[in-house]
Amino acid sequence: MSDSAYLFASVAVMALVTYFIRMLPIAAFRKKIKNKFVLDFLYYVPYAVLAAMTVPAVFYSSNGLLSAAAGFIVAVVLSLFERGLLLTAVAACAGVFAVELVQTLIGG
Amino acid sequence: MKKLSFLNGLNDGIPIALGYLSVAFTFGITAVSMGIPPITAILISLTNVTSAGQVAGIGIIAAHGGLAEMAAAQLIINLRYALMSLSLSQKLNKEYTLFHRITTAFCITDEVFAVASGQSGELPPRYIYGLELLPFLFWSGGTAIGAFLGAVLPEMIKSALGIAIYGMFLAIIIPPAKKSKGVLFTVLFAAALSCCLANFSAISSGISIIICTIIAAALGALLFPREKEAASNE
Repeated sequence: MSDSAYLFASVAVMALVTYFIRMLPIAAFRKKIKNKFVLDFLYYVPYAVLAAMTVPAVFYSSNGLLSAAAGFIVAVVLSLFERGLLLTAVAACAGVFAVELVQTLIGG
Repeated sequence: MKKLSFLNGLNDGIPIALGYLSVAFTFGITAVSMGIPPITAILISLTNVTSAGQVAGIGIIAAHGGLAEMAAAQLIINLRYALMSLSLSQKLNKEYTLFHRITTAFCITDEVFAVASGQSGELPPRYIYGLELLPFLFWSGGTAIGAFLGAVLPEMIKSALGIAIYGMFLAIIIPPAKKSKGVLFTVLFAAALSCCLANFSAISSGISIIICTIIAAALGALLFPREKEAASNE
């Protein structure tokens, strides 16, 4: 498969699977889910997904482990103080940038 | 009771749209930094309209993962939408024909669901179209800006911006983890397992996310079942 064919096929699979997950229940089902375990499982899914996607990938998100770790710590601290999505994200970027700037200046 | 109009929907969509702009912007940058062409990144946002699934998707594409892996990862990561869609289906009014159901289903996101389900009474299609329009446009537009800017920004800025999307993920999961032992357990378990699996090169990132999600969420549901009240207010 060529690169562009692979890209197109991947995007098509993403879009179709995501769409059908959203569309089938609203189009077909009228009954409510009663099973307590299924409800609790679905409640915890987003947190599990986001945690698994963030760790350890966050530590490889910049040019170096040290700067990424600094950004991660900044993000965790601001999240603990509930400073909102935007400020937390911007501050994490600033943390990475500051560490890389210092590393560049001292030639490290 | 006031009837919800298209304009009511547009109005309620503004804060969601503004939030999406920044998330989509960082998605665009992240995608390009992983080697995804800007046009593909925009196409993904136009056709998927979901953050976590898209980030996992570009990770799989960047690693040249298989299509079956892609389908399975999207299924697990986006499974929550089935529950939201199911829940919304109970709130739609008589004007909501099958046609409106299959069109508005396209853009049911966490935030759209949260706002829609917070309305009292039944929902007409025009309100949902209004609610979904601006978030969809800002999601796609923000991705375009990020993708094209990401291609021309200096290396050090790009390196710093790569962490933005993870910063946002942390800001989503940490505050609820402070209040709920179940969420805290699920988050820590998923993160720990994800680190363990990252040591096995045979397990790709998409498969790892699937395994971590199923095990962590199932353990969370088993060990920390929620009160009946909380579950029925979903």
